[in-house]
Amino acid sequence: MTGHSLFSVRGLACARGDRTLFAGLSLQLDAGEALHVRGPNGLGKTTLLRALCGLSRPLRGDVRWRGERTSDLAEEFAAEVAYVGHLNGVQGELTAAENLERAVRVFARGQDAALGVAAALDRVGLARLATKPARHLSQGQKRRLALARLLVLRRPLWILDEPFTALDVAAVASLSSLIGEHMAGGGLALIVSHQAFELPGIRDFDLAHFCKARS
Amino acid sequence: MKGGLLSAMVAVFTRELLVFWRRSTEVMTALVFFVIVTTLFPLAVGPERHELMLMAPGVLWVAALLATTLSLNHLFASDYQDGSLEQLLVSPYPLSALVFAKIAAHWVLTGLPLALLSPLLAVQMALPTKAIGTLVGSLLLGTPILSLIGAVPAALTLGVRGGGVLVSLLVLPLYTPVLIFGAEAVAASAGQGFASVAHLSLLGAFLAVVVSFAPWASSAALRVSLD
Repeated sequence: MTGHSLFSVRGLACARGDRTLFAGLSLQLDAGEALHVRGPNGLGKTTLLRALCGLSRPLRGDVRWRGERTSDLAEEFAAEVAYVGHLNGVQGELTAAENLERAVRVFARGQDAALGVAAALDRVGLARLATKPARHLSQGQKRRLALARLLVLRRPLWILDEPFTALDVAAVASLSSLIGEHMAGGGLALIVSHQAFELPGIRDFDLAHFCKARS
Repeated sequence: MKGGLLSAMVAVFTRELLVFWRRSTEVMTALVFFVIVTTLFPLAVGPERHELMLMAPGVLWVAALLATTLSLNHLFASDYQDGSLEQLLVSPYPLSALVFAKIAAHWVLTGLPLALLSPLLAVQMALPTKAIGTLVGSLLLGTPILSLIGAVPAALTLGVRGGGVLVSLLVLPLYTPVLIFGAEAVAASAGQGFASVAHLSLLGAFLAVVVSFAPWASSAALRVSLD
């Protein structure tokens, strides 16, 4: 009844305080597809992503994963999503490797056969900094560490909020190719970004369509 | 999936210990506060053993309680700031179980050292030796209650300006029963050898209730604060 999309959203409305940000939002995402969510500041892109991964509760609407409501699936759905928000979720007191090891143990469910910690760090270019406390890393390096989490957890749905902030040109390209590989492997991705990046096959999604005329 | 949950809880617990070990000043604050308060009392009141002995249970317990209150702020605050709390909320395990692991680590770092240190400070407060066992026992039973109850307002006031004061205001009324039973238990065994067991059993019952309720309540509070 919701079609056959892996991930589908219908009639979603979200508010911040008492202001409705957007309403009637619908989108569909299937294996191997990615969506680039666009829109000017303050439109509610972050709110949308937080609502989709279950961090905040939408006003109305229906978010389904494999045809079932994500709110009913709860932890089952959480095991399918990897979320990288504005905050990196990197603990300064732990080393880069410890941060990732912890992510594996706290978030990986069962035996996800994913990339090992060392390999993931190598992939994001932090191999040499593995034993450094994360607080000594630069902003961009912390961002890479947060993104390395995507590699150690095998999750079909990636929800990324401004993943390119603080990344240098090479890292932006390498992240785009990572997302490309993820899509090629049947993964889904929802990306909010103001930055232009090249990714074949990604669809644009303009959030402004679902916002009321703003004063 | 059972093993997975347990391993996730252990990971949260050990990581918490590791983080605080590397940031040890924060842990020490509570302990140092406890030591300072109980050291200043005999100096201010005077060396009258009898007077000190009368006050000892109350002073030791109040100091332990305030020390715990002081430490509540960094139960969730730094995780909230760096975003790891947000990540915990999207973990595929029940949040209350992970929060329980966090609270357990908090207790190991604050309540447990307080309880272990208390015999030394009890001597300073001229508490009779026969009551020292009860003091340690009551703190071992009581401080986990303080950590568990305190987690709820600590979670609720995340991101609120002046949250520290608010936490104390919210938490102190809830702490009073623990304080009363704890201090009474010690006073009872310091005095005529009245049964302190009654007070300790009440503390134990209280702990049993709070263990089942507080992790759930504070994880609900976390979801509200991070919405």
